[in-house]
Amino acid sequence: MNLESQHTGEIIVIRVMDDRIDAASAIQFKELMREIVATPSIRVVLDMSNVGFLDSSGLGAVVAVMKALGPLRRLELSGLTTSVEKVFRLTRMDSVFTIHKTLPEELRRAG
Amino acid sequence: MAQQLSFTPPDQARIVISATMLDVRAGLACLMACPLVQGLSEDCLSTTEIVLAEALNNVVEHAYARFEGEIEVELRRDSDQLRFHIKDKGLPMPGAEPPAGYPPEVGSFDDLPEGGFGWFLIRTLSRDLEYRREGDLNLLSFGVCLDNAA
Repeated sequence: MNLESQHTGEIIVIRVMDDRIDAASAIQFKELMREIVATPSIRVVLDMSNVGFLDSSGLGAVVAVMKALGPLRRLELSGLTTSVEKVFRLTRMDSVFTIHKTLPEELRRAG
Repeated sequence: MAQQLSFTPPDQARIVISATMLDVRAGLACLMACPLVQGLSEDCLSTTEIVLAEALNNVVEHAYARFEGEIEVELRRDSDQLRFHIKDKGLPMPGAEPPAGYPPEVGSFDDLPEGGFGWFLIRTLSRDLEYRREGDLNLLSFGVCLDNAA
């Protein structure tokens, strides 16, 4: 599991470099995320545009990370692919996250 | 990795994997690349991969929770559905029945569920799900609609 993070001011943007978050990688994803968000920030945005597949273990891991951040520092998601969006929608977990279609302009990595 | 894949006859495919999460991932990649599946719409493709992944993960996590083993997946194309037959020699399902798969409760922040989505997704996205125990075998089968708008 490979995550790339970028701290810009009060925002951490984390890009998942793997093409899936599944039962084989969910625990590692959760651990790596916890390390990254140990650095304080106001917002945490998870860029999932590389992730073509997420299973229920992956979904559980994303929810766990959001809960670990606490209610005041919400996890925002960006770039859900068709299959990932379907899992969020069917389980109604799309209603508990702020979901951006693409990474907000101000957060895009320069170059 | 114990893995075999055969595509004969052309309307069937069969794969045997060992019951580990990494083998499930490899097996899924194999099955999703097979000609029977490749012709599906994007919507059916994602539905197929989700249901199959959840069903196989369950076998690894529950049926083979206490010992190692193998999982066989057979796939057949019928007139109106793609039918999967999953066979394992793990523990039987509790109560000899697959879980009901109730929808996750989206309540307060602290109580948000981190699991229990698997059977809900299987039940929602599959059709004609059947489970039976035959000797020391678990036999699970389900269909995925060929043009399912889930």
